[in-house]
Amino acid sequence: MMKKNNAFSKFYLFLILAFFYLPIIYVVFFSFNASRSLTNFTGFSLRWYEKMFKTRSMMESIYYSTIIAVIATIVSTIVGTIVAIGLSKSSRLIKQVVTQVNNLPMLNPDIVTAIGLMLLFSTINVPTGFGTLLLAHIMFCIPYVILSINPKLRQLDDNLAEAALDLGCTPIQALYKVIIPQIKEGIISGALVAFTMSFDDFVISYFTTGPGINNISTYVYATTKRINPSVNALSTLIVIAITLIMIVSNVVPLLRERRRKNEETA
Amino acid sequence: MKSFRRLVYPYLVWAALLIVLPMLIIVFYAFSAQGNDVIPVKITFENFVRFFSDPIFIEVLGRSLKLALITTIICILIGYPAAYFIAQMRPDSQSVMVLLVTLPQLINMLVRTYAWRGILLKAPFSPEVKVYIGMVYNFLPYMILQIYTSLSKMDPSLVPAAHDLGCDDRMAFLKVILPLSIPGVISGITLVFLPAVSSFFIPKLLGGGSYVLVGNLIENYFVTTGDWNFGSAISLIMALVILISMYFTRKFDYDKEAV
Repeated sequence: MMKKNNAFSKFYLFLILAFFYLPIIYVVFFSFNASRSLTNFTGFSLRWYEKMFKTRSMMESIYYSTIIAVIATIVSTIVGTIVAIGLSKSSRLIKQVVTQVNNLPMLNPDIVTAIGLMLLFSTINVPTGFGTLLLAHIMFCIPYVILSINPKLRQLDDNLAEAALDLGCTPIQALYKVIIPQIKEGIISGALVAFTMSFDDFVISYFTTGPGINNISTYVYATTKRINPSVNALSTLIVIAITLIMIVSNVVPLLRERRRKNEETA
Repeated sequence: MKSFRRLVYPYLVWAALLIVLPMLIIVFYAFSAQGNDVIPVKITFENFVRFFSDPIFIEVLGRSLKLALITTIICILIGYPAAYFIAQMRPDSQSVMVLLVTLPQLINMLVRTYAWRGILLKAPFSPEVKVYIGMVYNFLPYMILQIYTSLSKMDPSLVPAAHDLGCDDRMAFLKVILPLSIPGVISGITLVFLPAVSSFFIPKLLGGGSYVLVGNLIENYFVTTGDWNFGSAISLIMALVILISMYFTRKFDYDKEAV
């Protein structure tokens, strides 16, 4: 009985994973197709990769996605950390207000946040482009960073920072010598969330970017009106990059852990 | 340590300008219309009257809600068993499974939807079915992960305890596991239903333009038509509908807890 259940659950999970990975395998496969077709594989070729590297707008979209995600992650992580620490010492009222306001972009549909920003930029006469795109990304990333750090701050012992001050630290030293090392995990996971949100974003980017500035999402959206197999090549590149990042970020801590254990036994 | 309080003040200004002010501008646009040369804007309800007096708009709103609702239900029905099976695996297999479910999500949403377009290009499905496949594909991981999180937090000795007290497998599931996993289902609903109501590129890419949803309407009025007043009014109506639906979902959760 138990065994049968086990086989069924494995089969079920296999089907779910097959569903999740089918489109990914599909684009990787068809990125090597010799013809334009997205349904008939006529032979192996690298022409779509060649075309991708030659298409300036495509390479630019990769560049913009990456640079925006990197800057937005750095800025929102720093700002988010500072705000979260400040909030932990603030009055109830300020805490409540900031939490509620931060909830707005997280709970509002992306499209509402997006048109809000678009209307704002138009009202104050700021032309949309790289700057507005970056500003929008930083804006929606900060609340996620704060949210990731908050639980760590709640576990923090207030007396430690006080002790650091008594022992002669300036508040700034207390901040980066005592508080930050203890909330490091929260900061790292906040940065990861921010990077993923920014790199993956389409809706907010679509409404806040200007002419000539496309990230991968808006580029794909704009070109899918006709069949464009080099998008498959671009997708494959992203799949490889994400898989490598995931392998490195999951395997490296594992290896480190193993080495630590070996050293302990030695 | 009180001096750290001041660290928040610049963010208050930032949040007021970039989070609160845009929402107020949407409200302002929704309740106004382009005026004449003398008075450039006039305050009016006409955008809302226009929306609710046209059956086409009501139909689009209804279709969006239906799509979001059915997507959410399918995600629960498919996702619950998946989460349950994952939670029953060995701990190290569990983390591998969670990683495998998360990984596709990290690949750009547009890219994944584009991939489905290729697969479904020659498939004999109606545009509606194609949109549903795309929606379920995009949102199922959220549901699985949320339910899995609440299941994995459960005390493993609860089920044997239920058995000792005379429950069979079915009863133990209905009386112990299911009620304890409801918070996960509720947060799954929040993560699926909410963005599903407003989604617009999945229907556009997979439905081929014939399947119009509220998100597509808003996009049209902002990008194509340039009627920002009416577009804002539609956004406001959609945000309110979502808010009300979420209120009822949460209320259902609390009522459940009260029983």
